Amino acid sequence: MGWTRKDLLTIRELEPAEILTLVDTAASLQEIAGREIKKVPALRGKTVVNLFYENSTRTRTSFEIAGKWLSADVINFSASASSAAKGESFVDTARNIAAMSPDVVVVRHSSSGAPALLARELTCAIVNAGDGAHEHPTQALLDLLTIREKKGHFEGLSVAIVGDIAHSRVARSNIHGMRKLGMTVTVAGPPTLIPPYAQELGCKVSYRLEDAIRDVDVIMMLRLQQERMHAGLIPSLREYSRYWGLTLDRLAAHARPDVLIMHPGPVNRGVELSPEVADGPYSVILDQVAKGVAVRMAVLLLLAGGRSGEAQ
Amino acid sequence: MTTRSPRLREKAEVLDTAALDRALTRIAHEILEKNGGAKDVTFVGLRTRGVTLAQRLAVKIAAIDGPSLPVGALDITLYRDDLDRRGAPVVRATEIPFSIKDKTVVLVDDVLFTGRTIRAALDALIDLGRPKMIQLAILVDRGHRELPIRPDYIGKNLPTSRRESVAVRLTEHDGEDRVVIEEPEEA
Repeated sequence: MGWTRKDLLTIRELEPAEILTLVDTAASLQEIAGREIKKVPALRGKTVVNLFYENSTRTRTSFEIAGKWLSADVINFSASASSAAKGESFVDTARNIAAMSPDVVVVRHSSSGAPALLARELTCAIVNAGDGAHEHPTQALLDLLTIREKKGHFEGLSVAIVGDIAHSRVARSNIHGMRKLGMTVTVAGPPTLIPPYAQELGCKVSYRLEDAIRDVDVIMMLRLQQERMHAGLIPSLREYSRYWGLTLDRLAAHARPDVLIMHPGPVNRGVELSPEVADGPYSVILDQVAKGVAVRMAVLLLLAGGRSGEAQ
Repeated sequence: MTTRSPRLREKAEVLDTAALDRALTRIAHEILEKNGGAKDVTFVGLRTRGVTLAQRLAVKIAAIDGPSLPVGALDITLYRDDLDRRGAPVVRATEIPFSIKDKTVVLVDDVLFTGRTIRAALDALIDLGRPKMIQLAILVDRGHRELPIRPDYIGKNLPTSRRESVAVRLTEHDGEDRVVIEEPEEA
């Protein structure tokens, strides 16, 4: 299926075929990372602006590398070093950047919906690189690519997503993507961190780690955002780790021998994942990071690579 | 590359199954003759039908000369000069699981038309390493070149008009081995 959208804002709005177009394109582009000269001319003369209002190393770097490998010019714009610190509004900043005619603006913002607002205001392509607790589509796409590469297909796979589901844009994007592609999703965590809409999204809910990880093909552990503890949602890190930390013993006792362990990073070692699990043979955490570049190349290429907004 | 649109009708058959096979056999012999054997020769086919043709040439050379030559697949989408004039690009994987450095690379495609695809393929190949030599094998040369590109091996020279298109049908993709000229149906 050809790509026709101007922006990539959510997984929720995509058709299954569009998700597969993104995943397939990323799979084709992976080969570039293995080349001696990691550069192709596809986006020569195009400009990509990384507009990041929240800290991020992995995602920003990964978009930057993706743009550069495609020969685009990539400009990083971080809010702390910018006019936001001087009081300029979000939309004004964005309009100013738009006046410099970029082809793609990659935006991360702590407010849900900020990328959608930009997409309405600006004529260039907008990529959501994470907005509040809403969505993080490129993370879900790289997770999906990793899963397909390890398991060979999507249909019928079962996944447990464990941790702070309520505040996780990674979980939400993944749930939409996985459900659309025919996978079964169980979300698990302390009741205070499970959102009320989990069942509406077609997920099973579990309040016990041991039950959630039994017989699933993939376990996706989420980072415990430590500020949640201060909000009174969990009693203590130690207690969380004790009930919800994935250890080798728990894996051996309850999970399948061919299970994949995923984590969107950054990992709190010893909290949600024990170091032996994070570095162990089931873990595909670094595969995920490597796939991140391919996925972001695919997104930039599909949004900026053709005549805007038309399928081939 | 052949372009397909649903409103084309077949005008004439250019190669039937036997003629297509004979053309490939002849090209295989010419490759061996020109290179004094098959030493250091590798095949790179252009997606999609060029890859199939390259595989067939490799089989033929193995039958004549013995060695089995490596066959890679090249997708030139990222190197097109008209990306801006088309919709969102459809990228397929480039798979060349061997080094082309200091090798003779025989680039294989089904139809040679403007030469722009081959220009892109040359850039793509050279990004992957520095071959000793690149040669070009084409099943059908239909003319209308827009760039100074000339094939080394040609299955069939076929003068065409620009409004016609040449369809190379291969069993692996289309269920039959045949080359036909198509033209737009009258409105």
